[in-house]
Amino acid sequence: MPAVREETLGVHSDEDVVRVRQVTRQWALDLGFSLVDQTKVVTAASELARNTLIHGGGGSGRLEELHDGPRRGIRLTFEDKGPGIPDVAQAIRDGFTTGSGLGLGLGGARRLSNEFEITSSPGQGTRVAITRWK
Amino acid sequence: MLDGKPPTERIPILKMGEFLLVTIQVEMHDRLVMTLQDELTQQIVRHRARGVLIDISALEIVDSFIGRALGNIANMARVLDAETVVVGMRPAVAITLVELGLNLEGVRTALNAEKGMALIRRRLAGTEPGRLDARGS
Repeated sequence: MPAVREETLGVHSDEDVVRVRQVTRQWALDLGFSLVDQTKVVTAASELARNTLIHGGGGSGRLEELHDGPRRGIRLTFEDKGPGIPDVAQAIRDGFTTGSGLGLGLGGARRLSNEFEITSSPGQGTRVAITRWK
Repeated sequence: MLDGKPPTERIPILKMGEFLLVTIQVEMHDRLVMTLQDELTQQIVRHRARGVLIDISALEIVDSFIGRALGNIANMARVLDAETVVVGMRPAVAITLVELGLNLEGVRTALNAEKGMALIRRRLAGTEPGRLDARGS
């Protein structure tokens, strides 16, 4: 689905994670998301941005505005060139953690989204895309 | 600010009698969360605080990192013999937390600061069940 507008943000520090949250919030607001939906998509963005920073060694986050007929949505894509995830299915499962968190990052972001997509290969990096429709 | 970096931020911790009050009014980046966790633990010991009240009414989101830190603070405070209550969570945040899968285990919550303070007082007075120890018995 082609994006109506897009913006790419670097994710290389704690401050960048905060910036991702703020920009995502603004986009959700612009698209008329309800307060609960804004909160869900911003929280998912925060989880994924942190994963990119901590596990991927930094990378980028792209926001895209999607139109599907009258439907409006936001797609967020986070990419890194980090070590990758050997077992993606395991990583999505709740409670799976490499030690620093609760292991809710990926699974939680998936639950807070309408669509979720992940590709990762060891040594190549990881790409996670989520979409939340209004 | 010559180097363009923001100054070292901290979240103020107020002492009121045997209570510590924390009102989070800034965007919580991860380093700030860790700083708060460390400073609060130190201040509990320094002031021999018996209760910690954390107001998160200004927080627009609580993600797994912030949620975990709140749990850590409550657990550390408990080990140091202080009660923690988190107050003022926004409804949208509460809904999102549940969907995220975070249940804030071990964290007591109250709707607002007044109810939170009342909860701490009751628990310290021993009229609220749930304390691990039974003091004086």
